[in-house]
Amino acid sequence: MTDFPWLTLLLLVPMVGAAVVAGMPRGFARSRELAMGISLVTLLLGVLIAFQFDIGSSTQYQLSEVYPWIPQFGVSFALGVDGIALSMILLGVVLVPICLLAAWNDVPNGNNRRQQTYFALMLVLESMMIGVFAATDVFLFYVFFEVMLIPVYFLIGSFGGAGRAKAATSFLLYSLLGGLIMLVAVIALYLQGPGGTEGFLIQNLTGLPIDASTERWLFAGFFIAFAIKAPMWPVHTWLPHAASEARPATAVLLVGVLDKVGTFGMLRFCLQLFPEASQWATPLVMTLAVISILVGAMLAIGETDMMRLIAYTSISHFGFIVLGIFALTTVSMTGSTLYMVNHGFTTAALFLIAAMMIQRRGSRQIADFGGWQRVTPLIAGSFLIAGLSGLALPGLNSFVSEFMVIIGTFQTYPVYAVIGSMGVLLAALYILLMYKKVATGPAPEEFAGTTPDMSMREKFVVAPLILAFLVLGFYPKPVTELLEPAVQTTLQNVGVSNPAPTSVDAEGNER
Amino acid sequence: MFEAPEISYAALLPLIIVFVGGLVGVAIEGFAGKAKRYAIHLPVVIATLVLAFLAIIMVARDNQGATAAGAVVIDGPSLFLQGLLLVLSVIGILVMSERFGGETPDAFTQAGVSTPGSVEEALATKMGATTTEIYPLTLFSIGGMMLFTMANDLLVMFIALEILSLPLYVLSGLARRRRLLSQEAALKYFLLGAFSSAFFLFGAALIYGYSGSMRFDVIAASIGTEVLMDGLLVPGVLLVATGLLFKVGAVPFHAWTPDVYQGAPTPVTGFMAACTKVAAFGAMLRVFYVAVEGARLDWAPILAVIAAITMIVGAVMSVRQTDVKRILAYSSIAHAGFILVGLVSLQQSGVTSTMFYLVTYGFMTIPAFAIVTMVRSSGTEATHVSQWAGLGKTNPWVAAAFSFLMLAFAGIPLTSGFTGKFAVFSAGVEGGYAWLAVIGVLASAVTAYVYFRLIVTMYFGDSDDDTVVINASALTLFAIAFGVVVTLFLGVVPSPMLEVAQQASQFLR
Repeated sequence: MTDFPWLTLLLLVPMVGAAVVAGMPRGFARSRELAMGISLVTLLLGVLIAFQFDIGSSTQYQLSEVYPWIPQFGVSFALGVDGIALSMILLGVVLVPICLLAAWNDVPNGNNRRQQTYFALMLVLESMMIGVFAATDVFLFYVFFEVMLIPVYFLIGSFGGAGRAKAATSFLLYSLLGGLIMLVAVIALYLQGPGGTEGFLIQNLTGLPIDASTERWLFAGFFIAFAIKAPMWPVHTWLPHAASEARPATAVLLVGVLDKVGTFGMLRFCLQLFPEASQWATPLVMTLAVISILVGAMLAIGETDMMRLIAYTSISHFGFIVLGIFALTTVSMTGSTLYMVNHGFTTAALFLIAAMMIQRRGSRQIADFGGWQRVTPLIAGSFLIAGLSGLALPGLNSFVSEFMVIIGTFQTYPVYAVIGSMGVLLAALYILLMYKKVATGPAPEEFAGTTPDMSMREKFVVAPLILAFLVLGFYPKPVTELLEPAVQTTLQNVGVSNPAPTSVDAEGNER
Repeated sequence: MFEAPEISYAALLPLIIVFVGGLVGVAIEGFAGKAKRYAIHLPVVIATLVLAFLAIIMVARDNQGATAAGAVVIDGPSLFLQGLLLVLSVIGILVMSERFGGETPDAFTQAGVSTPGSVEEALATKMGATTTEIYPLTLFSIGGMMLFTMANDLLVMFIALEILSLPLYVLSGLARRRRLLSQEAALKYFLLGAFSSAFFLFGAALIYGYSGSMRFDVIAASIGTEVLMDGLLVPGVLLVATGLLFKVGAVPFHAWTPDVYQGAPTPVTGFMAACTKVAAFGAMLRVFYVAVEGARLDWAPILAVIAAITMIVGAVMSVRQTDVKRILAYSSIAHAGFILVGLVSLQQSGVTSTMFYLVTYGFMTIPAFAIVTMVRSSGTEATHVSQWAGLGKTNPWVAAAFSFLMLAFAGIPLTSGFTGKFAVFSAGVEGGYAWLAVIGVLASAVTAYVYFRLIVTMYFGDSDDDTVVINASALTLFAIAFGVVVTLFLGVVPSPMLEVAQQASQFLR
């Protein structure tokens, strides 16, 4: 380990890059290339950081940096990563260049700053994403958690579809409300802790002797914010709207990475800081998770708008993630954290490929399609692959994680696992029904032959995603090895040991 | 026998400078020619404020203590708030002085007493009447505010209250456009202000009856010693509180706020919103933390309830407003509620956080109102929300500055609004008022809706062709830029200011 401030650098590169992109003169023609270059540098840096990370290390947060920020409040600028945070950051830095490429022609370069602003906002968002996952100070986490709403708000509100203003506002208010409730819990948590100038550091707040009822209130404060973010039923209603009105690239970052802050927060804050209350709340949380799985899936089946449908599938998948987290076994939690990575890629592929068809057809309604595997065979084919990943086909990425979640949950909460696994069946239904309506059937007269298939740029968007499906599907071991120690530490902090091993064990499931 | 009290002139130097500056201003009005007045007034006023500020740092700071027979106290909180008042006044005055290319400050009428549209008014304009009387008026008001924060005696506090209020009543009625609205505002402010002063005085009389003195230290010492007299003390405290709560616009004494904020000339509204709050919360801090702290079990619950309903009413009512100035008025009510959360905590951090919040609020309010003065439609300020549509496209800088201030009002992290809210809420939670903090954050969420609706209008709406942003001079632009920079700075690096506020949070008793 070195003392070099790697994570701060990682945070600063896209931030400074955004300022540079935004500061270029009006109508600057190369802002896209510039932004792409910056995001690739960030990616490279992220990979370098991943190699610095020592999987066998016993310290929970590596590459850590602590600087005093507001000592009067007990706030430090403290960064550090465990395996879970690192995997989320890597997911983010990988997805951002893909999204920039997908967003290449979203905003035409006129005699104004719109294109620059658009790409600069994406880079700001990337910086915030890195910060929110790397923060090891509760206050700092909160700051990133809230500030990151602003670039998304403008990305949706300024660049989205027809209903963008309303979608942006409802997204913002929902998240802000959750965040503000968390703020009270953040303040109260500090007062429970040792206080002082570093009183907000996570390690100073872990394992506090808090009395039961206070702990439950604090847990609730944090959990509500994360449930809105994740989003879970019944506070999911903002997501379909935001995801369908946003540009596809924004939707990917929003659903694929930012919403993970919700489940990530549950792991890092709810479970670690309030272990007793987490166990107390488990039945309720598991119930909500199962409802999310089923309701999300059923809403997806009934949905006629392609983007909204994909958003609903995410609600269902987030249900699985939460289920695995609160089942509190190594297998289920490793599965959940792996699912967080997988879901990022799957959703990205679904959103971006669907957007390619929507752009060609000029409609988001599934009913307006039909026979598109004859119009744009490459796009339709890759859409099918993305869909199969979404329904957790063995051999593709989601299968491993979904299976681990269900198996792990079955060890402790068999009933929830069984009901939850219904979601797997429903997933097949919504994905295949959508594919059938969109891609099969006779080729539509007015599009066949005239509509271009996947362009070179689009191929570069899709190829890395499908590659990720296959790698994570056949050989998830590097990622699970990264995740498992962090999961173990979390479980130790919760004070739960795994149930006695039954016929299957963790290693057996991965292969 | 009457003995003349010792007066430490060094400690009072800032106050003396401001009042002398006001008198000089009166002399300028009397002797300088009409054409020259503006050019003389502005540097004199700014110099007065700067000198007074230097006097605080270099002289008064080293002469802390009670003086003038204990009638005023120069201590950390009073010096901090006086310094804040002076800095805010400088940028407030800059905004007031904006001429937008005309001969006299743009926002003010040349004939305040005449009927709008009358012959007298036309005559006054024709003869080149000036509007420069605003300068001495403002300086007297600032002097009153400064005295308000250091008053250690109920009578002195009452006098300070009147000195600060009377010029404000006049200034409120001087708007050049929408004169009737302005005159109505002045009258309302005056009548209700007179009522609240009467309440204050009545309360002071009751407290005098209880303790036998007007001085805070004597009152504090007498609490708990006078048995069976609580019937005088508690109503007295609450009546005094009524007078003070009126000034900050706390519910249920807020009815004047929206009308006066809307009717008064916009630069005056900004000045009033920021500086009156500073002064009145300074006075409240001293009354509640020094004078009647011993009876807190009697008044703190009531104050907590007032804080709660102030936040709720301010937030909920702002949702229905369609006028930018009224939105800012209701938001100022909600902010008064947030500050009360810090104040009612009765912790050491309560003083720090209240003072810190006043800094943050002042520096976002004056620029916000300054921006309102620049957005015009057919000659007058375009204050209807719909008239702001599309500003993001037509005037990106103005829209960006205003949006940033709105983010600060909403309390988004990395703006001063967030650090301020965090400070008062954590003081509140520390003082055992977690429920107030919960109400506070819920109210914040509601107000956030209002502020973001403004941003939505500016950025995501179609532009209103009649609305223009007129070119302001360096005065206004400096004020706006300064406020925005402070708002950002206190959001990103708040610790120096917090440090100062913390060091200045000790009352001398």
